[in-house]
Amino acid sequence: MAPRSENGPLAFWYDPAIRGRIYQTLFVLALGIVLFEAIVDVRANMQARGIPTDFDFLDDVAGFDINLTLIPYSATSTYGRAFFVGLLNTGLAAALGLILATVVGFAIGIARLSKNWIVAKFAMVYVEALRNVPLLLQLLFWYNAVLKPLPAPRQSYVLPFGMYLNNRGLFAPELVFGPGAQWIGAAVIVAALVAVLARLTGIGARLGRFWPTLLIGLPVAAYFLAGQPVSFIVPELKGFNFSGGVRLLPEFVALVLGLGLYTAAFIAEIVRAGVEAVPRGQSEAAAALGLSRRQTNRFVVVPQAMRIITPLLTSQYLNLIKNSSLAVFIGYPDLVQVFAGTVLNQTGAAVQVIFITMAVYLAISLFASLAMNLYNRRFALVER
Amino acid sequence: MFKLNALALAAIFSLVAAIAQAGTLDQVKKRGFLACGSNTGLAGFGLPDDKGNWTGLDIDFCRAIAAAIFNDPAKAKFIPLSAKDRFTALQSGEVDVLARNTSWTMSRETGQGFLFAGVTYYDGQGFMVRKKLNLSSALELSGASVCVQQGTTTELNLADFFRGNGMNYEPVNFATADEALKAYDAGRCDAYTTDSSGLYSQRPKLANPDEHVVLPEIISKEPLGPLVRQGDDQWFNLVKWVNFAMLNAEELGVTSKNVDEKAKSLHPEIKRLLGFEGNFGDPLGLTEDWAYRIVKLVGNYGEVFNRNLGEGSSLKIKRGVNALWSKGGLHYAPPIR
Repeated sequence: MAPRSENGPLAFWYDPAIRGRIYQTLFVLALGIVLFEAIVDVRANMQARGIPTDFDFLDDVAGFDINLTLIPYSATSTYGRAFFVGLLNTGLAAALGLILATVVGFAIGIARLSKNWIVAKFAMVYVEALRNVPLLLQLLFWYNAVLKPLPAPRQSYVLPFGMYLNNRGLFAPELVFGPGAQWIGAAVIVAALVAVLARLTGIGARLGRFWPTLLIGLPVAAYFLAGQPVSFIVPELKGFNFSGGVRLLPEFVALVLGLGLYTAAFIAEIVRAGVEAVPRGQSEAAAALGLSRRQTNRFVVVPQAMRIITPLLTSQYLNLIKNSSLAVFIGYPDLVQVFAGTVLNQTGAAVQVIFITMAVYLAISLFASLAMNLYNRRFALVER
Repeated sequence: MFKLNALALAAIFSLVAAIAQAGTLDQVKKRGFLACGSNTGLAGFGLPDDKGNWTGLDIDFCRAIAAAIFNDPAKAKFIPLSAKDRFTALQSGEVDVLARNTSWTMSRETGQGFLFAGVTYYDGQGFMVRKKLNLSSALELSGASVCVQQGTTTELNLADFFRGNGMNYEPVNFATADEALKAYDAGRCDAYTTDSSGLYSQRPKLANPDEHVVLPEIISKEPLGPLVRQGDDQWFNLVKWVNFAMLNAEELGVTSKNVDEKAKSLHPEIKRLLGFEGNFGDPLGLTEDWAYRIVKLVGNYGEVFNRNLGEGSSLKIKRGVNALWSKGGLHYAPPIR
């Protein structure tokens, strides 16, 4: 309560709440002025030195090549396109790294809880070894110690299904869909719909063993009716290297393995902590109610453990996404290598390029964080 | 990446602080040493030995600037920079001059705000391959994987060469020359490409240097030279004329050994070079004996070349196009008068 004087209410600037608001407004204003001045200053100084100050450079011809492009790109494409190539390459490596880290992390985390001595100790050694060695060293290990000693293309390891492995990567046959292939796709969708309907309506049970045959039979029938429109392009040794087919770059494999296995060690510990944090009384109570062990895990332990695991998992996921920028050290063309590396260097637009790159990582991380928060909401304790 | 981000932040902060556009020389004098951006390690151009002593053509060029300013070549401090980071470091004012086997191109002057103060080495890009591939020309490289250092003109020439000849290839880009060379050595690539001087100076680093051969094609013009920021004409002139003084000294036969003798010469061009006639040092912000100091303490261009790249070094690179114009080469310094 503001003190009152004998002559009525005090002037408004004696009110602490209003005063606070005035100070805050002044502070924000001052901050805004400093930022504005800084931006004007930077622009003026950059212009004086002949450094580009706008984003027009994104429309200029890049002139360099990239060896992994998920969208069409050539040396005659623009810097803007090179940015998207780098962004998609980062996305690809991060996405596969996330999947690998999650699968291995949960497996190792559960293995650590195992009553089998060997399994538990193996998981412990895995966690301690991988989380205590710097990630960059691990990436260099996978790249230099494991993948590069593979044989040259002419001495490739021949793998089943027309696959080849050498120090240029893993080569596999590529599926090619000719005209008429859409009928197979349609057949797969119809079969899936039928399966869903059969399950929803309960007809599936009456059909018994017949409906799996239907599920596989429909697309196969479509394949032959459409005149076998699917073919393979098998990689062939031509000149220096294999051509044709799909190829996994050694840099890509090293990056995904390094990121995935490193983060898995942290995820394993989170999983273990999450499961162990569920009070033993919960399992005992479930057992007393007559639930089987599987039911106990599924309905009592896992839902409570997931509540602890999910928020921690989010920060590991964000770490993995950000760590993918270490790709530059093993020659994988990710966003940092392509855009904050070559493009920055060729254009000289350091401020803009670094700004865009930081904004992109921020956006990706915020999006991942949002997705994980939505997922978390499903598992969070519902308080009534 | 931390280094790059730190540099970029440094660039932003220094741009905010609006460091003086002019007056690089005053800053250098006040600071007491020259901050010279150098290679992280390229034999013949800029390489620290196990005691931290730097040697190389670019290194001696910075020492020559230090000699002209401080009468002490040891007052040049070397900041090793990767190809990627070098321009940001110069833009942000972290270095006063960048002498780091950098190719003079139009966009680096018109688009990035730099000025090249002449050429210290005429180079061109070449390819190195394994002997057992039995290649005789770079035109046979269609379909090859090529290891290359990113952020260089090399990367762009490579794309031009293959595109121009209608050939395809796979570029594998690395942040540093060392990583690119290591990947080539490990068999990740069929060819390694950089400036031909670099091919010769890096070949000894390979596991079996004799198993590799440099192909005859030179696919680009790479005039390597020191560069400075735009907007400080006095500093630009100083760096430019340090280069010309070393070339003129060679042309006039003035060496570090005979410079005191030559000082007694009546030859007017030598008298002007060594500061006994005319007034050339003062407008640069230097003393009249600025060129004398360079030759006495560092040497003329020919001596520096010979010591770092030529017969006096392990690289044994011939003068070739890097000879003086009077001997059939390309080096032609304007006269001091």
